[in-house]
Amino acid sequence: MSANVNTALPLEYQTEQNRMNILGFWIFLGAEIILFGTLFAVFSVLSARYAGGPTPKDLFEIKDVMVETILLLTSSFTCGLAIYEMRRHNRNGLLLWFIITLLLGAGFVFMEITEFIHYVHEGATMQTSAFLSSFFVLLGTHGLHVSMGIGWATMVIIQILKRGLTPVTARKTFIIGLYWHFLDVVWIFIFTFVYLARMVA
Amino acid sequence: MAKNTKGFPLTHVLGFIMSLVLTFAALGVALKTNLPFKTILWIIGSLAVIQAALQLYMFMHMNEGEDGKSQIINVAYGFFIAFVTVAGSIWVMSFGM
Repeated sequence: MSANVNTALPLEYQTEQNRMNILGFWIFLGAEIILFGTLFAVFSVLSARYAGGPTPKDLFEIKDVMVETILLLTSSFTCGLAIYEMRRHNRNGLLLWFIITLLLGAGFVFMEITEFIHYVHEGATMQTSAFLSSFFVLLGTHGLHVSMGIGWATMVIIQILKRGLTPVTARKTFIIGLYWHFLDVVWIFIFTFVYLARMVA
Repeated sequence: MAKNTKGFPLTHVLGFIMSLVLTFAALGVALKTNLPFKTILWIIGSLAVIQAALQLYMFMHMNEGEDGKSQIINVAYGFFIAFVTVAGSIWVMSFGM
């Protein structure tokens, strides 16, 4: 495991095992892109089938969508700052930005669940129309990813607290960072093609 | 490999500001203009792709590490397949409509 150690590199890249894990995680993200691609394909095909139910113009509140977007974008930024602090070997800076990231993420999940409850009260459930089925599946998959990311990151934080910054904990932190940024990348497309485009159409 | 061991996280701050600008630009184009729907879709779609690339490069450092090239090729291929899936589905399912 300790073969091929290069201490000139940042902690997370120092061992061969770490470099392979990071590459492996990028390959996983490639598969995630395709997973979300299929959900976007379903939504694009079905997004105008309202079956007499509510339309995007009836449902979507641009103010709430913008709050969600800014929360997730800011959390992606603070997550970047956490990794930046990690590379300066500043454990407390890393933990501070990491926890802010998770609080912003939790705010996003709270907003999204509130939004879904609001829709259901207006009679827009998963069973109402093809538009809403594909909408809830796409948004729900993304929201589930964010929620799981919060749980995963919490476990990584506990490991950093217990073991300090080592090549192993640094690699785990870097990888959850990649995952977190990726969720914001997916949200950019949800914001654009689900909310904005459907409100104009 | 980024050697930002001291100072100010300039790349991240720049990436964040540019992402905010792109987000609000998309919002403005979509809801405050009266352009045809297809034009709006092309503009906000391009803005989304630019913002995604910003995140991948400025936040995720996609091109970094000894496997930087493999990472770029892998993600680009993922986006290509996703695009083919979406565009192909729309194309096939819109026949006869």
